[in-house]
Amino acid sequence: MFKKEWIAMLLAGGQGSRLYTLTQNLAKPAVPFGGKYRIIDFPLSNCINSGIDTVGVLTQYQPLVLNEYIGNGQPWDLDRANGGVFVLPPYQKSSGSDWYTGTANAIYQNINFIDRYEPEYVLLLSGDHIYKMDYEKMLAYHKEKNADCTIAVLQVPMEEASRFGIMNTYPDGTIFEFEEKPPQPKSNLASMGIYIFTWEKLRKYLIEDEADPLSTKDFGKNILPAMLGDGQKMVAYPFEGYWKDVGTIDSLWEANMDLLDPKVPLDLYDDSWKIYSRNPVMPPHYIANGAVVQNSMVTEGCTIAGNVDFSILFAGVTVEEGAVVRDSIIMPGTVIKKGAVVEYAIVAENCVIGEGAVVGQRPENAENRDNWGIAVVGNGITIGAGAVVAPKAMIDKDVQGVQ
Amino acid sequence: MRENKVMGIIFSNMHDSMLGELTERRTTGSVPYGGRYRLIDFVLSSMVNSDIQDIGIITKQNYQSLMDHVGAGRAWDLARKRGGLVILPPFASSQGSGIYRGRLEALQGAMSYIKHNDAKYVLLCDSDIIANIDMREMINEHIKSGAQISMMFKTTEVSAESARDTTTLAYDEETKDVTDISVRPDVRGTQHVYMNVMLLEKTLLERLVGEGKSHDQYSLIRHAIQPAVGKLAIKAYEFSGYTHKISGMKSYFAANMELLDPRVRAELFPNKRPVFTKVRDQVPVKYGLSARVGNSLIADGCIINGDVQNCIIFRGAKIGRNAVLKNCIIMQDTYVGDNAHLEYVITDKDVLIKDSRVLIGYETYPTYIAKGNSI
Repeated sequence: MFKKEWIAMLLAGGQGSRLYTLTQNLAKPAVPFGGKYRIIDFPLSNCINSGIDTVGVLTQYQPLVLNEYIGNGQPWDLDRANGGVFVLPPYQKSSGSDWYTGTANAIYQNINFIDRYEPEYVLLLSGDHIYKMDYEKMLAYHKEKNADCTIAVLQVPMEEASRFGIMNTYPDGTIFEFEEKPPQPKSNLASMGIYIFTWEKLRKYLIEDEADPLSTKDFGKNILPAMLGDGQKMVAYPFEGYWKDVGTIDSLWEANMDLLDPKVPLDLYDDSWKIYSRNPVMPPHYIANGAVVQNSMVTEGCTIAGNVDFSILFAGVTVEEGAVVRDSIIMPGTVIKKGAVVEYAIVAENCVIGEGAVVGQRPENAENRDNWGIAVVGNGITIGAGAVVAPKAMIDKDVQGVQ
Repeated sequence: MRENKVMGIIFSNMHDSMLGELTERRTTGSVPYGGRYRLIDFVLSSMVNSDIQDIGIITKQNYQSLMDHVGAGRAWDLARKRGGLVILPPFASSQGSGIYRGRLEALQGAMSYIKHNDAKYVLLCDSDIIANIDMREMINEHIKSGAQISMMFKTTEVSAESARDTTTLAYDEETKDVTDISVRPDVRGTQHVYMNVMLLEKTLLERLVGEGKSHDQYSLIRHAIQPAVGKLAIKAYEFSGYTHKISGMKSYFAANMELLDPRVRAELFPNKRPVFTKVRDQVPVKYGLSARVGNSLIADGCIINGDVQNCIIFRGAKIGRNAVLKNCIIMQDTYVGDNAHLEYVITDKDVLIKDSRVLIGYETYPTYIAKGNSI
């Protein structure tokens, strides 16, 4: 192995339980996003665009789809003779085998992998955020500050700060305290879950933490406080731009809808910072006479004869005549039959929404506004003709048609 | 080694002169088509989907765009250690420039590649026909019938535009034996038109090419196949699926527009036999609030804000507000400004149509705007 200045480790093992049926059979980073992407395309593309050519992806929960998707890393130019992308599941060692018991433990179990590249720095990422970021600038900041750990932070509105991990810093950016979801936040610098560590330091703390029987083996709860307590140099790197955690149904829906809002600063059309993905092999999409498609994103393989408004359609979606799709996300291969109405919904892959069926509802039409939410239809579900799926419903079994 | 292995040879330049401006700076094979394809994608994908994994592309001139498009062949799964895709540029030597006059002479330059392959059969194809063909059916028929040469044909109309680039077959209905081959016959109406798809044993091809070389012959059909009618077992194989042979600007326009027919799309893009092309990592199409679109095929990377009817829009095109496009073919990265009005226009790559420009062609004579121009 040749020595690398830095490599990235991407934590992709989380269950994503707050996405419910959407992550029933796949890891959260593999959840489809934005018409032709999966969430993991964002950190992987950021890596390659930032000049990182070695990425370890730590998987554990439902890795099948994710493994197949990453493959040899060719779509992200990460098929390298020296380096590239590696899927790193837990494995059996002479001392026994362990699941990854926490984020720190996951990296600890892969110290050998990291050591093979003798990196100066390790970039730690998670697979559940949508953003474009030049990690190289963050590394320059890390070096400039002579830091041991640099944490990327985003200014969030003060009233929302209590939902995040908050960094309290001196004016020069040095962190003196962090608080996880503080009820009374002292600052509005929220951690983005993006860290650069000087590997030599991190390595030491990982080994010490692993030896501590009381530790929960978590970066946020154990490693970072230990480093701070020892007076290691920890700095906050201020990031400006679009960043969104897509860990919940609502935030996943919102982040998709953000792509349709010209005021949102996430430009996917910028050729200098492309987001790469494994492309489907399908013909261009077809819009029939009589169809109305406005303020939406539509990709290859779709056939649209109905109305599509404020929606994101993934590859190979069919919207038949008279069907209406509004404010919704329709994942690959789903068919919306004649006259069906889908509003404020996320419909997963390869579903069939039967003729005249109704999925979801506009909030202003809801009878019970307090219990309104995005309706979700899980993978491969058939909603029978004329059936009604209430707002905020979470459908993971076929729904019978109504005569 | 697989039994009955077939290798493919594709002629990428053969019909350049037919396509005029479209091939001024590119080969026939790299002419853009259908929103995201190049003509060669169809024959390449047909071969790959028929288990042919050793493919040589014979080029002649202007083949930079073709090389850029096919690269190492990865999009077709042809970036292989064993076999895979090989580009065969003209083989210049002290004996000549390598610029060939016909397929037979072109094959002479490619002979070392062909000889070194362990395939039993060679499938020769051009790149001017849009079709999704399961070549296995022809290969199986060829082996079963004991033919030495199989020639694929389509029963179709010959028009004035296509006649000057047509070869027709006459054959015995019962035995399928080819009884006559006519190159550029003065005929119109329904004919058995040879599709320039030929299957033969590699040893036979080597013999024909060798004989051609020693007689300074260059045309495969006229110098090697026509004289062999009645001497070799030449069988006609009919392909009955959708085809469109691009034989000029008019037919190019028509072939694109035929894609708006769902039956044509179903025949060209079946799920089991996808048409592969170079990946460009484009964003999905974004439709603005003022977009109005009907009966159109639109590829990824476009931003549509105008009124688009009966159009084929290629990857990365931008259509401005209140722009009106009817019956147009808008190639990759074309920019159409606000309030522009285009009818029956073909814009080549990277064309800029400024705000409020009006351009109107006619169905039988679409207005063509060459690559990189601004109006």
